[in-house]
Amino acid sequence: MAAQVPLVDYLVLGDDPHLVASECAECGARYFDRRNACAHCSGTQFKKVDVAQRGTVRTFTIVSFAAPGIPVPFVSAVVDCDGTRVRANLVNVEPDPDHVKTGMAVKLTTFPIGTDDNGTEAIGFGFEPAA
Amino acid sequence: MAEDVWILGIHMTKFGKHPDKDIVDLAADAALHALADGGVTMKDMGVLAAGNLMAAAGGIGQQLQKQIGQTGIPVYNVANACATGATALRVAVMSVKSGECDYGLAVGVEKLAGAGLLAGGSRKDDAKTWTPSGRYGAVAPVDGRIGTETMPGVFAQIGVEYGHRYGGTSFELFARIAEKNHAHSTLNPLAAYTKRMSLEEIMGDVMIAYPNTRPMCSANCDGAAAAVVVSGSKLKTLSLEQRRRAVKIAASVLTTDPWEEACQVLPNVNTLTRNAATRAYEAAGVGPDDLDLVELHDCFATAELVHYDNLMLCEPGGAADFFNSGATWRDGRTPVNVSGGLESKGHPIAATGIANIWEVCHHLRDEAGDRQIAGARVGLAHVIGLGSACGVHILEKSAA
Repeated sequence: MAAQVPLVDYLVLGDDPHLVASECAECGARYFDRRNACAHCSGTQFKKVDVAQRGTVRTFTIVSFAAPGIPVPFVSAVVDCDGTRVRANLVNVEPDPDHVKTGMAVKLTTFPIGTDDNGTEAIGFGFEPAA
Repeated sequence: MAEDVWILGIHMTKFGKHPDKDIVDLAADAALHALADGGVTMKDMGVLAAGNLMAAAGGIGQQLQKQIGQTGIPVYNVANACATGATALRVAVMSVKSGECDYGLAVGVEKLAGAGLLAGGSRKDDAKTWTPSGRYGAVAPVDGRIGTETMPGVFAQIGVEYGHRYGGTSFELFARIAEKNHAHSTLNPLAAYTKRMSLEEIMGDVMIAYPNTRPMCSANCDGAAAAVVVSGSKLKTLSLEQRRRAVKIAASVLTTDPWEEACQVLPNVNTLTRNAATRAYEAAGVGPDDLDLVELHDCFATAELVHYDNLMLCEPGGAADFFNSGATWRDGRTPVNVSGGLESKGHPIAATGIANIWEVCHHLRDEAGDRQIAGARVGLAHVIGLGSACGVHILEKSAA
């Protein structure tokens, strides 16, 4: 099996792929990017926490016009994962407003996005409809 | 007690394509006309605040001085996303309010005709080897892979989220907002687009980011606007005509977005607008019901809806009903964007936050011609720039 890297460092691969957030030890605010201090309380201590893999679609758009090279249409969404909101594409769903609705239940999924010159596969994530 | 500050002169250029003019030409045009409108000259000005976003490192203020008057006054070059113009105005207002000077000039200018998508308009190719970089440790560009970075997409989600919270929204509802603004602009000779569009034309146009089709997006164009502000005590010494046409800046507020869960994944344009509006109403001693017209930041049709609520023009959660009542058409209870708004008048970014003040002043001075809102005495102008910054100004007709 080819070596794999996550598209972003807050995606953890393996048997049970999931997202991780940096949680402020003071106030519990969660971040996906590297922070110098908490934007909410200015605390500087963070711990890694797992983010729920299931959630509901809080909002979405279907992007039909994007930069060259980006396949369209695609669905961009904000998913509420048990109180932590995540930005992601919705996948494995028809990209039209008859099939994508706010409030719909979704779950995290991962998929390859390409292989580099060293043969390493990059793995991205999205959310798909949850039965 | 701090000085009252008034708009003494104000001007906006025609919005649209100006291929034969650079940003300095456009800024000079707006500035010279604003000075003439106020009956003053560059020699009177004690401060210049100049806004331009796309060439923010160029020092538009000093470039402008070299064309219209190098008088040695302090220049503040400001860039604050789509709130740049309002920020420039506020810098001039603060300078006068502090007592540093009697007069200030604020200018906003942008050349954007044909600019296309301003964010997410290009994406780098994937590298030959995956190497994590940036604050997310991304091994490849994420636009289109982890949601969208385009403005039409971001603001589409902001409108759809409002619908999720409160209900009542639909593709058609958002399109009807654009229909209103395109209808309004037919009366505005300075608008970039003055063609009325039917609902069918709007909904059937090119989809950019559902539910925003192309005519539901702000129009990239060239333009400039400028305002001369004066202290209340200085104004008292000026002519009756100047005092009669002066417009009081009853509130000038700038806010940024306080942290809230989810603001890292989708900008929250609501809280900072609500905070700015609350402070502005308090400073001006007026409420939403007192407003005769509102120019708000309809960068997309989906944005206009949420700002009805954020500016408290309607009951919380009631923006769809408020719009459906006809309240925001020019003959409604609270006319919104009678200029045509960003969707039709156009959105040369740094000019927008002064051009919306010009529109309101035009009505308060009873000089708006065919699109005059009869008897207008109080108006509100709102802009928001992602990042975020929100400017709200409340303007009152002179009693002179």
